[in-house]
Amino acid sequence: MSASTSSRPADALRDGDSKHAAPTSKAAQKVGGVAGWIDDRTGAAGGVNYLLKKVFPDHWSFMLGEIAMYSMIVCLLSGVFLTFWFVPSAGEVVYHGSFAPLQGVKMSEAYQSTLDISFDIRGGLVIRQIHHWAALMFTVAVSAHMFRVFFTGAFRKPRELNWVIGCILSMLAIVEGFAGYSLPDDLLSGTGLRAAEGFMQSAPVVGSYLAYLVFDGPFPGEAIIPRLYSVHVLLLPAILIGLFTAHIVLVAVQKHTQFPGPGKTNDNVVGYPVMPVYAAKAGGFFFIVFGVISLMAALIQINPIWGYGPYDPSPVTAGSQPDWYMGFADGALRITPNWLEFTALGYTVSLNIALGALGLIPVFYGVAIAYPFVEGWIKGDKGEHHLLDRPRNVPVRTALGVAALTYYFIFMFAAGNDIIAIKLGMSINDITHFFQATLFFLPMLMFWITKRICLSLQRHDRDLVLHGRESGTIIRTADGKFFERHEDLDPYTRWPLVQQDPVHPIQLESGVDANGVARKGARKERLRAKLSNFYFRDAVNPVTPAELAAAHVGPGHEAIDAEPPTHEIEPDKVDGRMGIDAVHDDSHEFGSSTH
Amino acid sequence: MTALAAKRRHPAAFAFLLLLALLVTGTAYAAFAPRPAQAATLGADQVVEGKKLFQANCSTCHGLNAEGKSLGDGTEAGPALAGVGASAVDFQMGTGRMPLAAPGIQAQRQQKILFTPEQISQVAAYIASLAPGPAVPTSSDYDPATGNAAKGGALFRVNCAMCHNFAGSGGALTRGKYAPSLMGVAPKDVYEAMVTGPQSMPVFNDTNIDPQGKRDIIAFLQTVHDSPTPGGMKLGALGPVSEGLFAWIFGLGILIGCAMWLGQKSA
Repeated sequence: MSASTSSRPADALRDGDSKHAAPTSKAAQKVGGVAGWIDDRTGAAGGVNYLLKKVFPDHWSFMLGEIAMYSMIVCLLSGVFLTFWFVPSAGEVVYHGSFAPLQGVKMSEAYQSTLDISFDIRGGLVIRQIHHWAALMFTVAVSAHMFRVFFTGAFRKPRELNWVIGCILSMLAIVEGFAGYSLPDDLLSGTGLRAAEGFMQSAPVVGSYLAYLVFDGPFPGEAIIPRLYSVHVLLLPAILIGLFTAHIVLVAVQKHTQFPGPGKTNDNVVGYPVMPVYAAKAGGFFFIVFGVISLMAALIQINPIWGYGPYDPSPVTAGSQPDWYMGFADGALRITPNWLEFTALGYTVSLNIALGALGLIPVFYGVAIAYPFVEGWIKGDKGEHHLLDRPRNVPVRTALGVAALTYYFIFMFAAGNDIIAIKLGMSINDITHFFQATLFFLPMLMFWITKRICLSLQRHDRDLVLHGRESGTIIRTADGKFFERHEDLDPYTRWPLVQQDPVHPIQLESGVDANGVARKGARKERLRAKLSNFYFRDAVNPVTPAELAAAHVGPGHEAIDAEPPTHEIEPDKVDGRMGIDAVHDDSHEFGSSTH
Repeated sequence: MTALAAKRRHPAAFAFLLLLALLVTGTAYAAFAPRPAQAATLGADQVVEGKKLFQANCSTCHGLNAEGKSLGDGTEAGPALAGVGASAVDFQMGTGRMPLAAPGIQAQRQQKILFTPEQISQVAAYIASLAPGPAVPTSSDYDPATGNAAKGGALFRVNCAMCHNFAGSGGALTRGKYAPSLMGVAPKDVYEAMVTGPQSMPVFNDTNIDPQGKRDIIAFLQTVHDSPTPGGMKLGALGPVSEGLFAWIFGLGILIGCAMWLGQKSA
């Protein structure tokens, strides 16, 4: 909150008050002593004081990122436990542990140690399941957090960099997840690695060299498990934690965004300080997240590696899927048509594999990373934004986001085409063709639907502001006319509906200057004007004070002032519908006028 | 004679005669009763009866002499059956897949079996009489108790899991065909399926997987079916798809519910 000023009127009332000394117990003195000792040597008190007084706004959607953070911490804690017993080695052993159905079966040390963790280490299985469920929840929560940030426009200046960091975090999280999924050397993870090797080989020109480099020779070799282990427990966690710290520090420095509301401006943050409210809430939420994940791990089996059996390059199982976060790349691979593989100059180019399996992830994240900059450029927006957009107020962005998510989920569901086929009794070929076809029309359809819904909601907001709330009170005038009384919104309710800035498409200046010479960058400006037109052509702008004033006094809006409408009620409407619709019918007057 | 005649009214005579009669009947039954394993190879009567049943119920698609029938457009109504053996008949009719209720992509297992075991063995005898083929296995062929589940698991993963899934939960094949779930399927049916290769399934003959290997696989399936899931609910044993769906819907749903509750707490 804003700093207190010395001349507040309320201060006068407190002039005579005696200052209350904080009661100091012995324990408190002791704590103070320790804190003082530390502060004397580190000077930490200033920073801690700053952090503890930091104010955070309250909204459930701001806690999605917290779910991700806590799931990551749960992953780190449970992961440390697993490293105590996991043996990252492809060395071959014969199993003699306590799981009977695999007695005497040859397997790698990695798989054996994972079996031991599951069956012979006390609490090992539940910790393994906590680790895996936490990893799934981490990636789920990261995605949900990303949706929130995108649809509320929280990525706008000054937070574009933090959006970029977040995108990289999300991408690294799925790589980290895949590395972990591949470590136990069971049939499923080995199949995943085999697929990954194929993807590498499909890279044009460098493919086979790349695969040999990563696997240190032909597949499977003995190098991949120890290498993945270093990547999974050392390299990626270090980068993840580093970037995550930067992510959090930027949130603290730039302050948290907030939804528009009474008293919430672009220059303040309204909420509660960290100490004590958010320390309690966030601390409590950590335990809730940990608890829910532990409950899932205790009740629901995940990745039953003992059922898959040890990896051996010859078998493969039906229903081989990656974990969900790799699903979209796998699905893209499944629905890419086969004719994209061809021979050129005596070399086979496997674009049927490379496009989906190698190309999609960089393209998706590339588009996501670029978006804030593109939108900023189209708008010509150089201002800072600390107030969030309501998704309906930026219809084209919201619709673009939904279209992108549609692409994403089509790809993701395509990865489960065999499960869908067997569970719904359909042909896998038909399902694949269906997904291929949906790629061409569903995202556009979803774009259009979402945009129309947003525009309708905005018009509804305008309508509500101009005409007030339907009170349900029917008034009969002395001369027998009926009308419904509309109550004016109170300013607190009205403010979130009218606070946003009006938007208009950029007008294209002439491509030539006064002398008829082509202007520099005119082509770029034309593109920008076109895009701006695409974004804001049918923008519904908020009610202006003038419009609101007109609604109160102008003809046709007497409903708010409880005056009986004189010209709108037709006799045929009065008996059936009491003229309520008539009051509403004039909304077209306030529609968009930006064409 | 007199001694025997004198004892004929002895109080124990009735009990003795009853025991004797039971013993004789039982022995005779054991000696002459039709054994299911050999039913297909039994006498000419069986074959004649079987042929009647076949012509009444199967010949529409398989032809009057089981020679198969073509539909003229390159597809066949039913394949020729010479050489498929009694085992194939026992599997297809014993699981209710045949006679086919309606043409479809794949014959499905039925709960209601339309023919008695005797009728099935008669049809089997008829088909077996056309050309040699695999006979119906005896119970010692497929006894899960004599198999090694660990070896069976290895064989299953190499030969079966690519279609039937690692846990025998089944999987999708092309164009609506599928490999059915093997959970709860009788050991005899599993054995017969391996020997005869029904629908899209390849034949696993005795040189491919020897009879002991088949018993190992059956033992493995039995173990998978009977063993509890140590990790909790198994979500259909379908792998990461159901796990991901659960994380999104329940995991995220519960946590967002908690977040909303917390968000309301101080407001």
